[in-house]
Amino acid sequence: MGDHHSHHDIEATKKKYLMVFYALIVGTIVTVGAYFIHFDSIALTVALALFIATIKGFLVAGYFMHLMDEKKMIYGIMASTVFFFISLMGLTIWAMHDFPTNTMTR
Amino acid sequence: MEIPYTVEPRKDTGLYNAKVGIWLFLASEVMLFGALFSSYILLRVGADVGEWPRDLLNVPIGTVNTLVLICSSVTVVLGWAALKQNNFAKYRMFQTITVLCAFAFVGIKSFEYYDKFTHYQVITKDGKVYDGHLHSRTAEQVVLQGHEIDASKGKAEGVRKAQKADKHGKEIVIKTSDIQKIGNYGPKHNTYMSIYFTLTGLHALHVIAGALVIAYILWPGARMWKTEPERYANRVEVSGLFWHFVDLVWIFLFPVLYLL
Repeated sequence: MGDHHSHHDIEATKKKYLMVFYALIVGTIVTVGAYFIHFDSIALTVALALFIATIKGFLVAGYFMHLMDEKKMIYGIMASTVFFFISLMGLTIWAMHDFPTNTMTR
Repeated sequence: MEIPYTVEPRKDTGLYNAKVGIWLFLASEVMLFGALFSSYILLRVGADVGEWPRDLLNVPIGTVNTLVLICSSVTVVLGWAALKQNNFAKYRMFQTITVLCAFAFVGIKSFEYYDKFTHYQVITKDGKVYDGHLHSRTAEQVVLQGHEIDASKGKAEGVRKAQKADKHGKEIVIKTSDIQKIGNYGPKHNTYMSIYFTLTGLHALHVIAGALVIAYILWPGARMWKTEPERYANRVEVSGLFWHFVDLVWIFLFPVLYLL
């Protein structure tokens, strides 16, 4: 956020924080609710849980950490982090069935 | 020598230095936890059928801990907003709640750890598997409150089915001379417990470190508010960014470890 705020700006920001807070609570309740429903498809359960977690993560990073309104340099740092994080996960998925010869017993 | 750009932004970055520093640090933290998450994926995919535990952790307790961290995150931003409105008393109230939430989180986590360290699995010489909480242990016998497990489809799956059928189980007395292997659900029990303790342990260390920093700024470091209020507010913002990151990591840890 910028460094200079009017009283009105801060009041509006506080309302936004509370809205995000309520959304995070609802997101948590929905995630746990989906767990107790027990969907037949594990893929659906995983996708739903990670989808809600991603939305919650976006809300925390975007509003609580002020990423929605930051300077270019911060975006640059985060963009390179996202690139390397996705690369790491990509390599993990790529390596998933790539076991070295004669190391698997099943 | 005076440290430059603690309050006024640098012309090239548009930011005060501590803010650039904390974001670079958080970037490294993303990669640290990212590496552990990728380890989790590989361990889970590589686990034998029926050997990856499900429903092993206490979901209501994990949910409460999630809500505690979310509450602590909102009190951090409300505290920072109060400071921007020159309301130091309100800021102090909100940040005190944050520190209390951190204590609550670590306390609840310790309770969960204790539960796992008193949860035992016993394999007898005749191949039977027993699973439950340790009631007592002497040189002659071990007494568990739990179940005998059908491990034909994997021990973890057997535990899950037995717990589903009868949550509390019964008292089981096993002679020490009949025991082939005994161990608790500590980090070396299986790969799931290893990655669970590694991820949650590292996260708990972050919670403790974050709480210590916030508490330092809140009490002994609060003198700066009278002399350099802008710099003090920046410190609060930077510590808050770290705290939100800790919350962010838990938002992903909770469903991955407890629910999936």
